[in-house]
Amino acid sequence: MKSYWKENIRYLLILLSIWFAASFGAGILFVNQLNTIRIGGFKLGFWFAQQGSIYIFVILIFIYVYLMNRLDKKYDVDEK
Amino acid sequence: MEVQTWTFLIVGFTFTIYIGIAIWTRASSTNDFYVAGGDVNPLLNGMATAADWMSAASFLSMAGLISFMGYDGGVYLMGWTGGYVLLALLLAPYLRKFGKFTVPDFIGDRYYSNVARTVAVICALLVSFTYVAGQMRGVGVVFARFLEVPINVGVYIGMGLVFFYAVLGGMKGITYTQVAQYCVLIFAFMVPAIFISIQLTGNVIPQLGFGGQLADGTYLLDKLDGLNRELGFNEYTSGSKNMIDVFAITFALMAGTAGLPHVIVRFFTVPKVSDARVSAGYALIFIAILYTTAPAISAFARTNLINTVSNAPYSTVPEWFINWEKTGLIKFNDKNADGIIQYVANPSQNELLIDNDIIVLANPEIAQLPNWVIALVAAGGLAAALSTAAGLLLVISTSVAHDLIKKQIKPNISEKMELRWARLSAAGAVIVAGYFGVNPPGFVAATVALAFGLAASSFFPAIVLGIFDKRMNKEGAIAGMISGITIMTFYMIYFKLGWITETIPSASEWWLGISPEGFGTVAMLLNIVVAFVVSRMTSSPPAHIQKMTEEIRYPSNPNAKLI
Repeated sequence: MKSYWKENIRYLLILLSIWFAASFGAGILFVNQLNTIRIGGFKLGFWFAQQGSIYIFVILIFIYVYLMNRLDKKYDVDEK
Repeated sequence: MEVQTWTFLIVGFTFTIYIGIAIWTRASSTNDFYVAGGDVNPLLNGMATAADWMSAASFLSMAGLISFMGYDGGVYLMGWTGGYVLLALLLAPYLRKFGKFTVPDFIGDRYYSNVARTVAVICALLVSFTYVAGQMRGVGVVFARFLEVPINVGVYIGMGLVFFYAVLGGMKGITYTQVAQYCVLIFAFMVPAIFISIQLTGNVIPQLGFGGQLADGTYLLDKLDGLNRELGFNEYTSGSKNMIDVFAITFALMAGTAGLPHVIVRFFTVPKVSDARVSAGYALIFIAILYTTAPAISAFARTNLINTVSNAPYSTVPEWFINWEKTGLIKFNDKNADGIIQYVANPSQNELLIDNDIIVLANPEIAQLPNWVIALVAAGGLAAALSTAAGLLLVISTSVAHDLIKKQIKPNISEKMELRWARLSAAGAVIVAGYFGVNPPGFVAATVALAFGLAASSFFPAIVLGIFDKRMNKEGAIAGMISGITIMTFYMIYFKLGWITETIPSASEWWLGISPEGFGTVAMLLNIVVAFVVSRMTSSPPAHIQKMTEEIRYPSNPNAKLI
């Protein structure tokens, strides 16, 4: 069962790095660099801060749900 | 029809629905009252969580705030949504597996200590009361503007309604009314946004219209940057806060969101651990619909506003301007007496003051939308305020009836008595909240920031460490929580309320340039460091606690291969 928990932690670290990169990275720390790129009417850094990060958050949770349901089955700890 | 007639019709209709649902879903046991029987469908729980979470502030104030802050407004957008990722990945599934009724339950059991439980109860009460006072005030303001009753009467009407379904139905009644309230509030938020997006950019989807082109071919955001520059403001797409402060505020709001007891408790109401995970995902989708539309509204409204009033003669302003002037939310002071409205960044020349809240409330009028849309916005604001108020009141009543009376003062009371206590404390909480709504303490704005700071600096680290660090013991957790709360409260009192020095110290004195709103991040880090050091210097938690910590990590324990 130790390996179930290890794999869980590994998923968390990967997903949380994306969470961090999308919001704190693209939306705050590198906002000025990204603002030099334009997509339609949006400067990219501004778009991440006010739109993009939120879409990525939603996607991350659903990826997590998918990965964990699969992991639960693999280790036979899913709820019947 | 008149706006007022429409408002009576639409608000009356929605209130009838809420009352009907409350009668249909009465609570008959403490299990019903605290966690809605624990069998709420995860999709419906997602909707209820969204309504619970999105308060009068999200619905009425946020778009206006962003409208004046531009890029800096992103701290709210990212902070109040990113917390759900933390909630889904780090808290919700494990707390569901733990399977009790409240956050203090978890803290008290995991740290095998009634001191820890009491600290958690105090934080839960403090956070919830500060929050609920603002909601009641919001109900009063909406009533006052649209039905022309005094603000206090509006507060009483709101109290009566919340009293009815929170006291009668408990969590069960609240959950299903919140589902209805979510539908009302999101419809009310989207209709004007879509109308205005079509008017300005020709795009039906506000999120796309936000990056779209105006009739003359310039991009909306470029136009807005230009207007802001002309009037002497910062460009809309670049902010004025320093980067470290933006970072700290965003992080504090995220951790605070994940640590708010009225949000966490919603994940006790679904049947399974996997439901708790997916329910957080649904909640964030429902929240994201509003949160990605809000910044679009901010940009549309600011463009419309500047185009309508900047350099316009006062004698020709539209009717809404006069209406809102009467409420004191718009103030025009013709400093150079030329009869023309100068709206500029320089405070000595600026002649126009606009309250954040009216951006959403007056938006339909500014864009000349039909009267029923204006009435719909009123109903939406009420739905947002009432749903959040009910969720908070439930946390208050559960904390008193369950965590204080049942778990500490009178452990032997029967279930029937406990349910009676829960109803009684819900009733008491409604009255206290109403009192604060009628007599709002002057420091409400400061204390809402404090609520997030407190949740971030106390609950969030204590729960996460309780799940992920098996070695964490009661000494560490209590020391961590107390140091986090203490430094947070001190910073807030010193820099926000100015109770220690004679005047509120200026922003240049902030530690590391971090504002009181963002200080929760620092306090949280301190909590973690203190908890870690103290726990390693004291003895390990008892064996049965370590076993419990192990067990909450797995959705089910089907066989003996565990541990």
